[in-house]
Amino acid sequence: MKPSQSAQKAPRSRLLTNPPHWTTVLALVVLVIIVAIAVFAPAVANFEPTQLNAMMRLKPADDTYWMGTDSYGRDLYSRVIYGAQVSLLVGAGVSIGALVIGLPLGLLAGWFRGLDAVLMRMMDGMMAIPGILLAIAIVALTDAGLTTVIIAIMLPEIPQVVRLVRSRVLSTRSETFVDAAVLLGTPPLRLIWRHLLPSTIAPLIVQGTYIYASAILTEAALSFLGVGIGTETPTWGNIMAEGRLYFALNPWLVYWPAIVLSLCILSINLLGDALRDRLDPKMKGRSI
Amino acid sequence: MTSAPVLSVRDLKVVTTARNPAEILKGISFDIFPGETLCLVGESGSGKSVTSLVSMDLLPRGELAVAGGEVLLNDEDITKASPSRTRALRGSEMAMIFQEPMTALNPVLTIGLQMDEVFRAHRDMRKPERKAAALEAFESVSLPDPARIYDSFPHQLSGGQRQRVMIAMALALKPKLLIADEPTTALDVTTQKQILELIQRLKEEQNTAVLFITHDMGVVVDIADRVCVMRHGEIVETGKVQDVLSQPKEQYTRDLLAAVPSLTPRKARPQEGQEKVLELIGVNKIFSFQSFISKLLGHEEHSVHAVNDVSFRLDRGRTLGIVGESGSGKSSVARCILRLEDPTSGAVVVNGNDIVPLRGQKALAEARRAVQMIFQDPNRSLNPRLRVGESLIEGPLNSGEARAEAMARAGDILEIVRLPRESLDRYPHQFSGGQRQRIAIARALMMSPDVIVADEAVSALDVSVQAQVLELLAEVQKRQNLAVLFITHDLRVAAQICDDVMVMQRGKVVEFGPAEQVLAHPQHAYTRDLINAAPGRDWDFAKGRNIGALV
Amino acid sequence: MLSYFLRRLLTAIPVMFFVAVFIFLLLRLTPGDPAQAIAGDQATPAQLEQIRESLGLNEPLSTQFFTWVGRMAKGDFGQSLISQQPVLQMIGQRIGPTIALALTAMGLTVLISLPMGVLAAWRHGGLTDRAVMAFSVIGFSVPIFVIGYVLIGVFAVNLRWFPVQGYKPLADGFWPFAHRIFLPGLALASIYIALVSRMTRASMLEVLREDYVRTARAKGLSEIVVLFRHALRNAAIPILTVVGTGFAMMISGVVVTETVFNIPGLGRLVVDAVLARDYPLIQAIILLTAGTYVVINLLIDLSYALTDPRIRYQ
Repeated sequence: MKPSQSAQKAPRSRLLTNPPHWTTVLALVVLVIIVAIAVFAPAVANFEPTQLNAMMRLKPADDTYWMGTDSYGRDLYSRVIYGAQVSLLVGAGVSIGALVIGLPLGLLAGWFRGLDAVLMRMMDGMMAIPGILLAIAIVALTDAGLTTVIIAIMLPEIPQVVRLVRSRVLSTRSETFVDAAVLLGTPPLRLIWRHLLPSTIAPLIVQGTYIYASAILTEAALSFLGVGIGTETPTWGNIMAEGRLYFALNPWLVYWPAIVLSLCILSINLLGDALRDRLDPKMKGRSI
Repeated sequence: MTSAPVLSVRDLKVVTTARNPAEILKGISFDIFPGETLCLVGESGSGKSVTSLVSMDLLPRGELAVAGGEVLLNDEDITKASPSRTRALRGSEMAMIFQEPMTALNPVLTIGLQMDEVFRAHRDMRKPERKAAALEAFESVSLPDPARIYDSFPHQLSGGQRQRVMIAMALALKPKLLIADEPTTALDVTTQKQILELIQRLKEEQNTAVLFITHDMGVVVDIADRVCVMRHGEIVETGKVQDVLSQPKEQYTRDLLAAVPSLTPRKARPQEGQEKVLELIGVNKIFSFQSFISKLLGHEEHSVHAVNDVSFRLDRGRTLGIVGESGSGKSSVARCILRLEDPTSGAVVVNGNDIVPLRGQKALAEARRAVQMIFQDPNRSLNPRLRVGESLIEGPLNSGEARAEAMARAGDILEIVRLPRESLDRYPHQFSGGQRQRIAIARALMMSPDVIVADEAVSALDVSVQAQVLELLAEVQKRQNLAVLFITHDLRVAAQICDDVMVMQRGKVVEFGPAEQVLAHPQHAYTRDLINAAPGRDWDFAKGRNIGALV
Repeated sequence: MLSYFLRRLLTAIPVMFFVAVFIFLLLRLTPGDPAQAIAGDQATPAQLEQIRESLGLNEPLSTQFFTWVGRMAKGDFGQSLISQQPVLQMIGQRIGPTIALALTAMGLTVLISLPMGVLAAWRHGGLTDRAVMAFSVIGFSVPIFVIGYVLIGVFAVNLRWFPVQGYKPLADGFWPFAHRIFLPGLALASIYIALVSRMTRASMLEVLREDYVRTARAKGLSEIVVLFRHALRNAAIPILTVVGTGFAMMISGVVVTETVFNIPGLGRLVVDAVLARDYPLIQAIILLTAGTYVVINLLIDLSYALTDPRIRYQ
C-alpha cells in the first residue's frame, strides 16, 4: 500500500527538491542587488544625494548624471541609490514589528475562546480604519521620523497577522493529533508551543514578505503625499513627489524612482509567492 | 447473454502525466452486458475509480492520461471521441453516481434546478414537461413528497435522500450504462441496504448495465452478477460472483477474502478474575445550542441528547464493543470517558476514582495515563511535523520521565508493534496508513494504560491491513492484559474481537450483552435491523460458502 | 435568516465602538496640542487655557470620549478649526467625486477581474493562467501613483485621448464625466483588479476540485454552465469577502489617486486637514470611512445569505 498522499507532506523535503522557478531566481538576484546598493550606497553613488547645484537643474541623463538631475540640480541616480536605504529599513521594521505583535495576539485569540470575541472585534475595528488615513494622521500629528513612519504603517498591518495566526490555530486545533496530545497530558502552554505554533510559522513567513512589500508601497505613498519622512532624506516617494511638479518637462524624474521601486516590490512579491508555494502548498495561488 | 456488450474495455492503460509517468492502469479488459451488474472490487490504489473516470471521460486534466487501449460504449471509442461528443453521451447514454452524497450535489442550487439541467442539456423539452419528468424521476426512486424535494436545497435532505436524488438524476434519461463509484460507502448500513435494493430494482426495470465499484466484499455479494478483482492497476481475477467467492483461483483473491471478518461471533473467551478498570454510571451528555440572539427572539433552545443515561463496566483483559450508526452517540461516549468532552451528568470511574469532577490537566494526569485512545484517521492523529520518536515520548515527558529512558522504551515498544527501531527518526508521512495506526498504538502503549479506547480505529484501513491491525491489537491486549473499548459501525469487526457488545441508537443503549448473545440472537428490533442490513450477511468469506440457509 | 441578520448587526456595534476609541485615542494621545493649533504660535498661556476649557480638553479622557460620542449621536460632528464650517457640510461638498471614483473603480474591477480569474482557474497551469498571475503580481507591485502617471504619460500626454487631470460631475453630462473619470478609475482599480482576480482564481481552483463540479460534468453540462452556474456561485464568498476587506485599501488608493489626478474629493480634503491639523475634520472623515467600511462589510455578510442557502436557512 502506498503512503497516503493527503495534506501530510514533509515540511522540509519540498524546500530541497525541485529547483526554483527562473522568476524566483531573478527576483532573488534583483533583491540582493538592491540590498547591496543600499548597504554600500556611499560607494555606489556618484554624488552626495543632497548636493545642490543651481547650474545643473533638470538636466537630462548623460555620462556624469546617469539619470539626469532634479529641480535643485541634485544627481537623480545618487538619490535613487540612497532612497533604497529608507525603503528597506521601513519594510524590515514594519514586517518584523507586525509579526512580533500579531503572533502572540493570534495565538491567544485562537486558543482562549473567551478572549477571541473581544480581540477579534478590536481587530475588525482596526481594519475598518483605512491604513493610509491612519498613517497620514499619525505621521502628521507627530514628528515625521523613521520610527513614527514605521509605527504608523505597522499598526494597520497587525489585524491581518492576528487573523491569519488565529485561523491557523483554529484549523490545527481541530486535528486529532491535538486531541491526542491533550490525552497524553500535555499542558496548554506546551501544547501551543509544540503543536500549534509550528503550523503558523510557514504562513507567517509568507505573510511577512507581503507585509514587507506593502510597507514599502505605503511609505512611498506617504512621502508622495508629503506626509512621510522629511524631504531632506531622499526616499523614493520623496523623489517622485518632487519630480511630479516637473512631470510634463521630464517624466523620468518620476519614472526612474518608480521603476526601481516597482522592481523591488515585484521581486519581494515574487519571492513571497515562491515561498508560499513551497512552505504552504495549501495556500497556493491565494494571497494577502 | 446473447446481446452485444454495452461497455467494452480493451487493454486500457492510464498513466500519470508527471515527469516520471507511473502506470495507474496496466492494460485491463472487461465487458458489461445490458441488465448486468459488474463489480470492480479492490483495495485503495487498485485503480478501480480511475477505470470509472476513464469510461465517463472525466479524468482530471493535467494529472492522468489514457496511454493505450479502448473504451467502447456501444462500439464507440470514448477515449478517441471529441469532448463535445462525450459531453452529449454523459448524462444521456452513460451516467454516474459518486461516493459522497453530502458533497456530490451543488449546495447553492435547488434540487429541482439540478435535475432540470439534465433534461435541458440533452432533451428538447418545455419547462412544464421537464418539471413533470423530474417529479416522476423522484417518484421512481421512492423519494417522499417529490414536489417538496424539487424546491429543496441539498442541505435540507438526509444522506440517503441525497443519494436517491443522485440516482434519479443519473437514471432520468434511461442511460444504457450506470457507473456507481462506492455509492453506499458513506452511508449507514440500513440506508446502504435500501440504496442497493433501489439500484438493483431500477437496473432490472430499465435493463441498465451497471459498473459498480466497491471495496466491500459484502456489497459485492449483495449486488454483483460478475466481479473483477483488481490490484495495482491490473485485473487479478474475474468471473461469476459465486464462482470467485467460493473457488477463488488466485492467491490474492484468497487472501482478500480471508481478511473479511465473519459476522458469526467468535467463541467467548473465559474471563479470569474480575478487576474493574472502567465504569460508567448514568452518563449523560447534552449539547445545547442557543445564541444570545435566538434567546432574544424567543426561539426554543435547540439541544441534542447525544449520550442518554449510559452505564456499563469494563474489566481488565476484556473487550467491549459499542456499535451503532452515525449519530448514535458512540463517539460522544468515548469523548466523555476521555474527558475531551465534559459529561453533563453521571460518573466516569477510572480505577475506582470518579474523574468527572476533576478539572485541568494536572488533576486528570492519572486518568489520562490509565485510559488512552486510538483515533480513526491515522493520517491526522500524528503531528506531521514531529518525528515518530518525539510523538511517542510526548506523554512520558509530560509525566516526568527522563528523555533518554523514554526514547529507549519507545524503541522497544515500536518493536512490539512490529516496526523497526529506526522508525523513531522518521516522519509520519514516510509510513503507510496501517503503519501509522501501529505508531498510534505504540504511542498509547507508552503510557502503560489500563484501558484503550479505539474509536473506529480500523475503519479507514483496507481490509487486509485492517486484519493485521486487529491482530496486533489483540496481541498487545493479551500481553499487557488491557481492557479495550472498541467503537465501530462494522458488525463484522465487532463480532470477531468483542467479548461484550453494546448497541446504541440516538444516544441510548438499546441492547447490551455478551457478543454471542447480542449478535447471534438479538432481542431488540433495532439490533435485528442492523444485522439484517449488514451487507453479505449470508456469506462466510473466509470459508467461501453461503451460510444463509444455516441461520 | 432574521437571527443571522441581527447577529451580524450586533457584532458591528462593538466594532464601531473600537473604531471610535481608536480614533479618539489617536488624536488625544499623539503629541501636539489642539489648543495650540487653534490659537496659533502667538497665543499666550491664558488664551490657550481658555480654549482648552471651552473645548473640554481639561476633562478626564473618558468624559471627553463620551461627550464626543454623545454629540455625534445627535449628528453634531463639530466645526472645522480652520474654516469654521460644520465638518459634515464640508464632507458633503467633497464626497461626490470620491463616490464617483470609487464606483468607477469597482465597476471596472468586476468587469475585468472576474472573467480573468475564472479563465485562469479553468485553464489552470496554461498560458492564460500564467499571464493573469503575472498581471496580478505586477498590479500588486506598482504603486497606484506610478500607474496613474504612466496612464497620464501615455494616454493623456502622448496620445491625447484623455484630459491630463481634473474632474467634471455627472451633472455636467455623461461624456465629460466619463472622459475624465476613466483614467483615475483605472489607476485606482489596478490593485483591486490584481487582488480580486487572484482571489477569484484561487477560490475557483478550490471549487473546481469539488465533487459537485464533477457531478455537473458527469451530467453532460457545457463548460460555461459548469464554470458560471455551478462553480462561480460557490466560489463567491471568499471573493465577496476580499471585495469587502479591500474597501479599506480602496480608500487609501482614493487619497493617492485624487492627488495624482487633481480631483477635488475627500482624499484631498483629508490630506489638507491633516497638514492643517484640523482635528474635528480628521476625526469625522476617518470615522465616516471606517463607518462605511463596517456597513459595506455588513452588507457583504448579508449577501452571503443570498449566495448560500445554508446561511439563509440557519
